[in-house]
Amino acid sequence: MNTVTNFKDPTTPAARSARPEPALVPPVDVVEDATGITLYADLPGVPRDRLHLRIEGDQLGIEAEMELALPQGLSAQHAELELSRWRRAFTLSKELDASRVSAELSQGVLRVRIPKADHAQPRRIEVQVG
Amino acid sequence: MYRSFFPRDLFAEFDRLQRDFGGFLDTSPAIRGFARGGYPALNVGVTPTAVEVYAFAPGLDPATIELNLDRGVLTLDGERKASLPTGDARTTVHSTERFVGRFRRVVSLPDDIDPGAVSASYRDGVLRVSIPRREAAQPRRIEVQ
Repeated sequence: MNTVTNFKDPTTPAARSARPEPALVPPVDVVEDATGITLYADLPGVPRDRLHLRIEGDQLGIEAEMELALPQGLSAQHAELELSRWRRAFTLSKELDASRVSAELSQGVLRVRIPKADHAQPRRIEVQVG
Repeated sequence: MYRSFFPRDLFAEFDRLQRDFGGFLDTSPAIRGFARGGYPALNVGVTPTAVEVYAFAPGLDPATIELNLDRGVLTLDGERKASLPTGDARTTVHSTERFVGRFRRVVSLPDDIDPGAVSASYRDGVLRVSIPRREAAQPRRIEVQ
């Protein structure tokens, strides 16, 4: 398609794992409240079975692929999105509880909720008068 | 706004793309051109029988998308509501890259389209508009007598 894909042979698994396929970077919103962090990511064209969310250590990885119904014989006249893959990764901080992450995908918008660990929930600290 | 859609190496390709633009109607660029980087991102393709427009517009209520075809010009209007809470002192917004607000995008279509038979569908945040081309414009095999 373009020079990005030309320098490797995509047929060999070794080459594929060594250099990940080029991907678009989805725009995100990140909001934090008292009990956790919510991340929204725009992933248009991605059905649920093409979305892969991965947590490895403190890394949250989003990898997704568009699935568009392209008619036969379609030739592109104008393309603002030239790739069909989305990828982005985030580093979680340690007060977040990676084991309780939940996610939903609706009309191309991914919503990920990462709650804070119980020990990190807000507490009001009483000031003692001594 | 949607700059993050484009990895840096694609920016280097803009010159090449600019040259390709002319192919949509003829060798001179369309007067409306194509504004890049807007919401929603648009891909346009043609088949021998139809023009296909893909608008990457995640997070919309399909009922609120206003789609008009007037004299060969396709207009896409709508509004994307903010998903972030406002006015809550206990929330912190760390990142706001996603588009919010009203949008409008315009596409000039080729002359040979049939405006009477447009169809549009919205799935997984992608609006696909199919505009058939008139039969006279479609390739035909000519029988030699």
